[in-house]
Amino acid sequence: MSYKNNKLVMLTSVAALVLGATSTAQAATLDDVKQRGVVQCGVSDGLPGFSAPNDQGEWQGIDVDVCRAVAAAVFGDSEAVRYVPLNAVERFTALQSGEVDVLSRNTTWTTTRDTTLGLNFAGVTFYDGQGFLISSDLGISSVQELDGAAICIQAGTTTELNVADYFRAHEMQFDPIVFDTSEQTVGGFEAGRCDVLTSDTSQLAALRIQLSDPSGAMILPEVISKEPLGPVVRQGDDQWFNIVKWSLFAMLNAEELGISSENVDEMTNSENPNIARLLGQDGNYGEGMGLSADWAYNIISQVGNYAEIYDRNVGLNSPLEIERGVNALWTEGGLQYAPPVR
Amino acid sequence: MSARSKLPAQGPKPPFWRDPAKRALAFQLVLVAAVAAFLLTIIGNTQDNLAARGITTGFGFLTNTSGFGIVQSLIDYSSQSTYGRTFVVGLLNTLLVSGLGVLAATIIGFTVGIARLSPNWLIARLANGYIEIFRNIPLLLQIFFWYFAVLRAMPSARESLSLGEVIFLNVRGLYLPQPMFESGFGLIPLALAIAIVASIALLIWNKRRHEATGQRLPAGWIALALIVGLPLGVLVVTGVPVTWDIPELGGFNFRGGITVIPEFLALWLALSIYTASFIAEIVRSGIQAISHGQTEAAQALSLPQGLVLRLVVVPQALRVIIPPLTSQYLNLIKNSSLATAIGYPDLVSVFAGTTLNQTGQAIEVIAMTMAVYLTISLLVSMFMNWFNARVALVER
Repeated sequence: MSYKNNKLVMLTSVAALVLGATSTAQAATLDDVKQRGVVQCGVSDGLPGFSAPNDQGEWQGIDVDVCRAVAAAVFGDSEAVRYVPLNAVERFTALQSGEVDVLSRNTTWTTTRDTTLGLNFAGVTFYDGQGFLISSDLGISSVQELDGAAICIQAGTTTELNVADYFRAHEMQFDPIVFDTSEQTVGGFEAGRCDVLTSDTSQLAALRIQLSDPSGAMILPEVISKEPLGPVVRQGDDQWFNIVKWSLFAMLNAEELGISSENVDEMTNSENPNIARLLGQDGNYGEGMGLSADWAYNIISQVGNYAEIYDRNVGLNSPLEIERGVNALWTEGGLQYAPPVR
Repeated sequence: MSARSKLPAQGPKPPFWRDPAKRALAFQLVLVAAVAAFLLTIIGNTQDNLAARGITTGFGFLTNTSGFGIVQSLIDYSSQSTYGRTFVVGLLNTLLVSGLGVLAATIIGFTVGIARLSPNWLIARLANGYIEIFRNIPLLLQIFFWYFAVLRAMPSARESLSLGEVIFLNVRGLYLPQPMFESGFGLIPLALAIAIVASIALLIWNKRRHEATGQRLPAGWIALALIVGLPLGVLVVTGVPVTWDIPELGGFNFRGGITVIPEFLALWLALSIYTASFIAEIVRSGIQAISHGQTEAAQALSLPQGLVLRLVVVPQALRVIIPPLTSQYLNLIKNSSLATAIGYPDLVSVFAGTTLNQTGQAIEVIAMTMAVYLTISLLVSMFMNWFNARVALVER
């Protein structure tokens, strides 16, 4: 019954905003985090590949690895994270009120969220798009044939808006069946309450393997929106914003430079100046963020480079088996591009 | 007191801090000021906090376009409507399920409560079993049961259960034919209104005549005949200006007619059945609170059994029943917010869920939602208190 707990989180978050003492705009999140000894990281309430507990109860996923990277950069210990599961509706309030330090929860970067909620998006961990999961025996091959369908959606997501826009633009009708959590959304789809389940395509891949009969459902080829997913921090603390942003960039740069968790120790002797700068052998690029010189070394040795976290969580080494596609590095025809360390 | 206050004041007036009335007034003023200062601090603090964090505030968002769809709406709504309208849609959906829930819970509750006192062993035990089962299982689980367990057992749209090919039931809901009114139909509600007014007048006149002369007409039957007969007569005379829009299977689902979504059915059933189990106990205790001597006295006056109940037992039982009944109604209304667990588009799901998340204005949205529940509950309490005062025993 996580449902009741979720409402509690929501109410306490609102209460914190109402009753909490006025904090200065330049609140030093880094100092708070160091004093506390853990990074508080907002994750999803269970989405395999992105953030979900495994059978030992440890959180795993690409979003979880972003949290671990931040912890590795700050403490040199990727395990110094406390995970706070949040549903789509509570996530921003929890971040705004300071219940979490960073929100790494398959959250789409949009104008409203970036400009009116007092939040900043610190980059893109995964370029996604909205798709449709449908029961195979309906014999439907395109979104265009979905006129009049009942569609299961999770509340408070950009998907809810995209699907309304798409159906209106194509002059089609649909019945939105809106659930609180992704678990309930899948439940509704499995019970036959709706014909279609819509969400980001990566989530559909994850939800499909959770179905009792994954082969009975298929993902339609169309992708109807842009969904850049990335970590979010509070506005007004540029130091913390930089730490999260560069933790992500460090993993991308590591992949580009061929540094992985396996060869990072050999790489510390590398003659390549880009590698030497990233691993803190030449200059101290952590200093400007209030971190030690080996911040990126800690991330790469404990969490890995972007290719490693992608492959083990959502890529071909995972049950989701999502191709790199647009999430490949720019050097390989994808969109993932990190500014240089210098 | 009155005699004393007319006496002339003796000696100098005491200083104001020795005067209990003035002292009490001063304390009241201090308290009001303290509460006001506390509220102002909270509001100011909130605004400072929000401004410091760069979060947009204010109610301007209510006029923005919502951009999302809602599956059940009692008023016109599309994704082009405003956030303000999502509030109204959610509110009406909450009122719909609460209103019908109160009605069903009252009917089931009174029936089961009276059955619980039945001299028939089987009926009394069945009623007892109902009460013990449904009031001891958490409501949220009951909602999940009606939604997931019962829903999964329903057939798909193509294999719908049908009643005479006009009413259909499947996993997507209950489909009923919708009456389509043609021109000239306006006369029928008018006829109904006339019949109701005439019936009320007849009942009042009959009562007065009964008090004055001791004679009376079977006014209840006449009123019933009027209310049913007059509109029916008009219907026939005007040539039945109604056609029925019968649901038809097309594409994914049934089109046309009235759709009752399963989320509504599950929530309504769960709320009614759960609350009815409490109401049944309240009704039983209310009836048992009337001493048996009252019944015997009424029987000694050779009143028939029906009149014993109607004139002696029920009026006295009601004053015991109504105060706890009010609490049950308020509980039902507030429990309807559990709708969000199964995706029924009530106020909490639509407004404090989707709208809150799309706009990010948590404080405004939560405040409006809480204000709505507070207002509804206070209105229901007011009405029930008025009703309670009416039925209260007037002691002489």
